[in-house]
Amino acid sequence: MASAILPLSSPSRPLRNDLKANWKRGTSNRTFLRKDYTKAKQSFTRTRMTLAVEVSRFNDITMAPPDPILGVSEAFKADTHEMKLNLGVGAYRTEDLQPYVLNVVKKAEKLMLERGENKEYLPIEGLAAFNKATAELLFGANNAVILQQRVATAQGLSGTGSLRLAAALIERYFPGSKVLISSPTWGNHKNIFNDARVPWSEYRYYDPKTVGLDFDGMISDIKAAPDGSFVLLHGCAHNPTGIDPTPGQWEKIADVIQEKKHIPFFDVAYQGFASGSLDADASSVRLFAARGMELLIAQSYSKNLGLYAERIGAINVVCSSSDVAERVKSQLKRLARPMYSNPPVHGARIVANVVGNSDLFDEWKEEMQMMAGRIKNVRKKLYDSLSAKDSSGKDWSFVLKQIGMFSFTGLNKAQSENMTNKWHVYMTKDGRISLAGLSSAKCEYLADAIIDSYHNVS
Amino acid sequence: MAQLLRGGCSGRIFKSGATVAARSMSTAWWHQVEPAPKDPILGVTEAFLADPSPNKVNVGVGAYRDDNGKPVVLECVREAERRIAGNLNMEYLPMGGSVKMVEETLKLAYGENSDLIKNKQIAAVQALSGTGACRLFADFQKRFSPDSQIYIPVPTWANHHNIWRDAHVPQEKFLYYHPASRGLDFVSMMDDIKNAPNGSFFLLHACAHNPTGVDPSEEQWREISHQFKVKGHFAFFDMAYQGFASGDPERDAKSIRIFLEDGHLIGCAQSYAKNMGLYGQRVGCLSVVCEDEKQAVAVKGQLQQLARPMYSNPPVHGALIVSTILGDPDLKNLWLKEVKDMADRIIGMRTALRENLEKLGSPLSWEHITKQIGMFCYSGMTPEQVDRLTKEYHIYMTRNGRISMAGVTTGNVGYLANAIHQVTK
Repeated sequence: MASAILPLSSPSRPLRNDLKANWKRGTSNRTFLRKDYTKAKQSFTRTRMTLAVEVSRFNDITMAPPDPILGVSEAFKADTHEMKLNLGVGAYRTEDLQPYVLNVVKKAEKLMLERGENKEYLPIEGLAAFNKATAELLFGANNAVILQQRVATAQGLSGTGSLRLAAALIERYFPGSKVLISSPTWGNHKNIFNDARVPWSEYRYYDPKTVGLDFDGMISDIKAAPDGSFVLLHGCAHNPTGIDPTPGQWEKIADVIQEKKHIPFFDVAYQGFASGSLDADASSVRLFAARGMELLIAQSYSKNLGLYAERIGAINVVCSSSDVAERVKSQLKRLARPMYSNPPVHGARIVANVVGNSDLFDEWKEEMQMMAGRIKNVRKKLYDSLSAKDSSGKDWSFVLKQIGMFSFTGLNKAQSENMTNKWHVYMTKDGRISLAGLSSAKCEYLADAIIDSYHNVS
Repeated sequence: MAQLLRGGCSGRIFKSGATVAARSMSTAWWHQVEPAPKDPILGVTEAFLADPSPNKVNVGVGAYRDDNGKPVVLECVREAERRIAGNLNMEYLPMGGSVKMVEETLKLAYGENSDLIKNKQIAAVQALSGTGACRLFADFQKRFSPDSQIYIPVPTWANHHNIWRDAHVPQEKFLYYHPASRGLDFVSMMDDIKNAPNGSFFLLHACAHNPTGVDPSEEQWREISHQFKVKGHFAFFDMAYQGFASGDPERDAKSIRIFLEDGHLIGCAQSYAKNMGLYGQRVGCLSVVCEDEKQAVAVKGQLQQLARPMYSNPPVHGALIVSTILGDPDLKNLWLKEVKDMADRIIGMRTALRENLEKLGSPLSWEHITKQIGMFCYSGMTPEQVDRLTKEYHIYMTRNGRISMAGVTTGNVGYLANAIHQVTK
């Protein structure tokens, strides 16, 4: 009877001997397992499907809070109101509020499909053609740091993944060193440094009184930090405020960073999106590189090439020599390998094809101008609507002065919630709206919502 | 300014307020960074590519090659790509990835008609292939079972150690491979399972163990599952080769199904790198079986919380390919056929390699080449013998003697057999 339970195909030799021995002894009641495992019960457990499930090891796990940014889109999708407006996540929309796949991207994909390329693993550091293109886009092909081969570049999982690699590098080689981040900054920055176990503290940045830059506070806080800290800077189009330092202010920031022997750490997620010019938007990074400083720079192609979901970006470490750059690159690889082994190929190929083909590159620059242009138009229209509708005399010009995809409205948490609850305008609770999600047609509605929230809710 | 010489940056002088000449900076920041050792697996391919010899053979990394030694893009994949080209936008996936892809992927592991799926008991997210799934689980384990360790088989895929180490989860070993027989050391394995503290976490290869190719038999799996119940252990399955081991994905998931029948609440990492040839797309899935839907929702949210600061959301392209294929019955059937063809070619090469070695009159037993299963063969060669293969014959493999059978062709099997014979006789 018991023999029916155990299939006799290819058991291990010791087991087979046991079976023979047991059979000889006529043990119809005994189980046929090795003597250590004499639980009579298991003859039943094996032949039945769903048992009483054991208690989960993860029983005490509570629900995580919804992500403050990506959670907004999820809430928006669930809303059925006809006037709803999604100004949450920074994803570009056309005037018809549709997602936009760039023409150059479609062309590049078509080329790739025709070529029928394989899907082999990339090297750990990513696609070589992409790494070359991305560093040249950032610094300019004739920049000293490129000609001297002083940049360690590794393809990363968009901006997030590239920041995470840099954070892991900092944790490993500068244990205890802090990263200074702006107040406010992109919500996920803190999560990245927390999960990478890198301590951080904030430097003043946004001045609610002027809805502009608190430059003195910023300089003062950078000065007060321990020497050799990392200073996280937004290369252009600061997220969430849209407030960028002027060129003169960048020079002073560089001065104080050098004085304190800090390491500048740029997050460049919007190159091309701020002014419409890829080169102009890289000027802050190039200014620091020209001073001979060593820097970290994370890049993303989510917005400027519309490749959001392809997760394509890069981490660049500008070092003092090509030898150091080689070593740093090898260590970046060592950090990436246990995270994801090697990065996804598709987005990298698209970027390499667009940037590497001069026709496509020129066409990209035009599309970039178009996207940035639409946002500038919408800023103007919103500003005009606010000024026309608001009789209180409040100065709304910050809408025009801020740059990039986002605007920091100055609305507080309660007011932002009013925007959502009463007006079905979805935004993040810090008062940030994504102008990329705004159409000219909806500017007036939005102006009404902002004016109501600002004046009637505290 | 007095603070100039602080911080150990000797030799750097600043004039206050003036910009600094480019060459006066020091190497203070990164000079302590040592070059990292070459990755033992991916480093092999790098070396292979750099070798100019016309006879070179790459049996290092586990990427499938056809009989001409060329990488393969499956027909079903090409067709899926044609269908998705230019259609959809590239908006961010949800943090948990493509819902459709995850649904289809769970069916592969848990069964088309799995009650666990119906009851929504499985917390599952799209992950960056198998590596990403393992890493996400390791981070999850660290966060929610902070005092636990992971028991890892000896040997295992080298990157497993890196993953749990970088997740700061302490590692223990359990014996697995039996060098003398080139098979499974079942007795020692069961002893280690028994001797581990109750409620330990174990990493198991669901099928086609990497690097040895040695799998427990179905019956041995049942005993392992039983002992896991006795000890209250947690089973985490890394399933990177479903379909590749036997040619039949259902059969290759048998170990997992056995554990599920016994009521274990398992974790599972799945990868489409090999079985769909989507290596560079980084598509996979991490699943954790929970007691009920509510818990699954909580666990999924926490997994997303771990993914967000690593990469925000996973890449779309590979996921679209997978869901297009698995969602279309014709494409799915084509895929199943192509997977079987790949597995059959490898089984054929195993036979050929063994026969060649026997014909050469090798004094050693090469039975294990055909007994082992999946992409890899643990040849039993020493690192020194492997080095000779590389230096003298331009044959590239990892120094643990692991041969990727996917790199063996009718064209090179004779050359390979001869070289192995020469260094081992």
